[in-house]
Amino acid sequence: MQEAMIKRAKELLADGTVNRVMGWKRGEFSYDITPAVFETAEELDAEFVCDDLTQANVSKYLIKESRKEGKILALLKPCDTYSFNQLVKEHRIIRENVYVIGIPGGPKIDIEKIKAKEISGILSVKNEDYTLKIETIYGTETMPYYEAISGKCENCKSKKHVVFDELIGEDGDVLESNRFEMVEKLENMTAQERYDFWRDQLSKCIRCNACRNVCPACTCENCVFDNPKSGIDNKAAADSFEENMFHIIRAFHVAGRCTDCGECSRVCPQNIPLHLLNRKFIKDINSLYGEYQAGADTTSRAPLNDYSTDDCEPSIVHERGVE
Amino acid sequence: MQRIGVFVCHCGTNIAATVDVKAVAEALGHEAGVVISQDYQYMCSESGQDLVKNAIKEHNLTGVVVCSCSPRMHENTFRKAAASAGLNPYLVEIANIREQCSWIHKDIASATDKAIVLGKAAVAKVHLNAPLTAGESPVVKRALVIGGGIAGIQTALDIAEAGFEVDIVEKEPTIGGKMAQIDKTFPTLDCAACILTPKMVEAAQNEKITIHSFSEVADVKGFVGNFTVTIKKKARFVDETKCTGCGLCTEKCPMKKVPNEFNMGLDNRTAVYIPFAQAVPKVATIDPNYCLMLKNGKCGVCSKVCTAGAIDYKQTDKMIEQKYGAIVVATGFNPIKPDKYDEFAYSYCPDVVTSLELERLMNAAGPNGGTLLRPSDKTHPHTIVFVQCVGSRCDDEKGKPYCSKICCMYTAKHAMLIREKYPDTEVYVFYIDVRTPGKNFDEFYRRAVEQYNVHYIKGMVGKVTPKADGKIDVQASDLLANEQLHINADMVVLATAIEPDKTARPLATMLTTQMDTNDFFTEAHPKLRPVESATAGIFLSGACQGPKDIPETVAQASAAAAKAIGLLCKNSITCNPCVAHSDELMCNGCSACEKVCPYGAITYQDKEFRMPDRSTAIRRVASVNPAVCQGCGACTVACPSGAMDLNGFSNSQIMAEVDAICK
Repeated sequence: MQEAMIKRAKELLADGTVNRVMGWKRGEFSYDITPAVFETAEELDAEFVCDDLTQANVSKYLIKESRKEGKILALLKPCDTYSFNQLVKEHRIIRENVYVIGIPGGPKIDIEKIKAKEISGILSVKNEDYTLKIETIYGTETMPYYEAISGKCENCKSKKHVVFDELIGEDGDVLESNRFEMVEKLENMTAQERYDFWRDQLSKCIRCNACRNVCPACTCENCVFDNPKSGIDNKAAADSFEENMFHIIRAFHVAGRCTDCGECSRVCPQNIPLHLLNRKFIKDINSLYGEYQAGADTTSRAPLNDYSTDDCEPSIVHERGVE
Repeated sequence: MQRIGVFVCHCGTNIAATVDVKAVAEALGHEAGVVISQDYQYMCSESGQDLVKNAIKEHNLTGVVVCSCSPRMHENTFRKAAASAGLNPYLVEIANIREQCSWIHKDIASATDKAIVLGKAAVAKVHLNAPLTAGESPVVKRALVIGGGIAGIQTALDIAEAGFEVDIVEKEPTIGGKMAQIDKTFPTLDCAACILTPKMVEAAQNEKITIHSFSEVADVKGFVGNFTVTIKKKARFVDETKCTGCGLCTEKCPMKKVPNEFNMGLDNRTAVYIPFAQAVPKVATIDPNYCLMLKNGKCGVCSKVCTAGAIDYKQTDKMIEQKYGAIVVATGFNPIKPDKYDEFAYSYCPDVVTSLELERLMNAAGPNGGTLLRPSDKTHPHTIVFVQCVGSRCDDEKGKPYCSKICCMYTAKHAMLIREKYPDTEVYVFYIDVRTPGKNFDEFYRRAVEQYNVHYIKGMVGKVTPKADGKIDVQASDLLANEQLHINADMVVLATAIEPDKTARPLATMLTTQMDTNDFFTEAHPKLRPVESATAGIFLSGACQGPKDIPETVAQASAAAAKAIGLLCKNSITCNPCVAHSDELMCNGCSACEKVCPYGAITYQDKEFRMPDRSTAIRRVASVNPAVCQGCGACTVACPSGAMDLNGFSNSQIMAEVDAICK
């Protein structure tokens, strides 16, 4: 599949359809796959990677890239197309300047789950008939593919590409996922249990801002947490809870726009399940205002930015929150 | 450095009885920036205002906080006072310590604490207030009246009389409303049609009045002085401009079995019809539910007989758009259907009728040509029982909690008219109370009892049972004599409650006006602004605001007209300077604000920006048209980046208030 992508990308560069390619290359370690822009066929041959470890959603990079001279080729997995569409809808990505090739999605492999099996010194990971063959500096190890599936792929919501100019591989369907299972568990907790759960999780936060920086819904020109005018940038936390508010504010900020791409939890170095905050919003929006998938299209009105005479009353929302 | 003055009002005992106003003034005097803090018995009085004015001059104040009643009451008063003392009026903040504090609390200590907190929030806000200058917006010199009953007609006539263009939108094929269906009017017993139809004709002939009959309001945009209304002219399948109202089509139409709404379904009309002889406009309408041509494509008789060539089976609904400066709502009422009241046998006994049905039965243009006959066997009724308060003053969900107000009087009228015309008929009226406040009303009722010997019995009817011999057994209690009665009646008349028209609720949403739980429109102030809605430029006329008889309706209709004329006389109105604005450096160009703006005040444009790295970039940014913006603030909460802000209610001001409260 990687070869097919490189071949097609080179063709599009050659015929002048695009002048750059948004893809991935290897980082510091061979398994650290990181987004990269390629400008020549040679670069593609030398460095382009798209394998089972390639998880990064490149949509957010296209905000800046689509404003540059010429058209760029973007290779988007099904989940990435939702982010891309949402950003087109918000006029953040200039659609005309991007050539979209839909590529197959996961399930992708999470290197941390391999490391958790006390496999270290990893040199490469190969999928051989759903058994992972892991070359390490100490020798070869194996483990079942499914034990290493990335968290964001475990509850895949859709194999369908909601936007593309062409496809490599097959297009799929929207899936029946059980992605709200954990949210329901949290809902069934008592307020104190839930508070304790989130205090426990959020207290791990080191405020590295990785979640914000990777989030395709967090694209403000001037983030409130960086803006001197907001009065809260660089503010010392008065107590330990104030720091936790960062995530709660961020979840409110992206509510109704989050496509549930799962990047926040993927990049969190402290393994905080941040996506659960967003999923709670998605679940509530679905039940209060009707099923809505952010990024599924570019024309519909988002429930939180829309009003109709049969919207549920705020009192109903309030009552649900009362324990 | 800010120099803020705080002025705490006693409002007589309204505030001072529950809030320690001296303690409030004392506490707020210690807030940062406050240089003077005073209390006074009536801050809104001339001398109270002087206190504010003098303090502004003497202490060279940069901001004023008045702790008093709701800003809806006196914000303007104090803004004017500040302006006359040379302070920008938008540097005045009101802390509402009456409606939101003293009136709703009993405990003095906690009410005082709350008043102090509310005052602190206002002080925190006024620190961030900026002087604002109000602009002006022009007034469209045309009014819209929604509803063409007696209320709408009177309002339209008065507005036209003052020289302004006015349009009436009426959903039925003719104007006239409920009054056209009424036989005689209390307390003078003059014929309703005789006094109404000249007004209908006057409206039709007035050059300034345009009547859109068989039409509905489809959409309302804009704001006071500048509404844009879309009117849906429903297809009547007859060209209004060609139809002469000769009525030949209605005579020849083969479909003659259509229940006649005008006669409350007591007789039939044809599929092509003119509701009644004096209809305005006198134009035929084809009922597509019954017309054989429209249903099956076979017939076309009306088209053949029409010499004017007015029949147009291909007519479709037409949308017209018009601008208005003022809108008057006159959507009126309907009697409820008493079919939920099984005890009164209305749904299965034809001789149990509602009062409005009785009006038609007694009317010369009614189904029996004015002779009162039982609907079942067309015989003359000798005993008639009237039941009052059917669905009115009712606690359960079948009826309405309010008094419908007109039933006592029209029942006295019915009883009197029947006794006058048919002295051999016995009339019984079962009532809870007889309510007759109104000029000549009680005299009228007493005449029914004393002169016409109508049997008024205090008590409720328990059960109405139709009998095999055609008679009706009315079982009732006489509360004064404390006994059970059985009356062998020929007819039963139910004085059903009245309710607002069903079109009122969606209309209120379009107009962004308020309604009460019974769907009556809410007036801006129950005593002092009874004909204005809380939405500027929307006025209320007639029974859409609450149950009313004809004289009251006409009085309110003229009052609403006077208010509308007052607005239309102005060439321009002062705009609210508290409008939104966008910080272009923060704006992401996402269009969230544009989508939520109810006034279409926000547009987007591509602008070139110098970036921090000295490169230039084209960015899509929002801009607000301040003449169109009404300052609702929807955009500021929709904006994900915090670029949108509202003058006078900026995000930082709101946060400062919250901080002050939470401190």
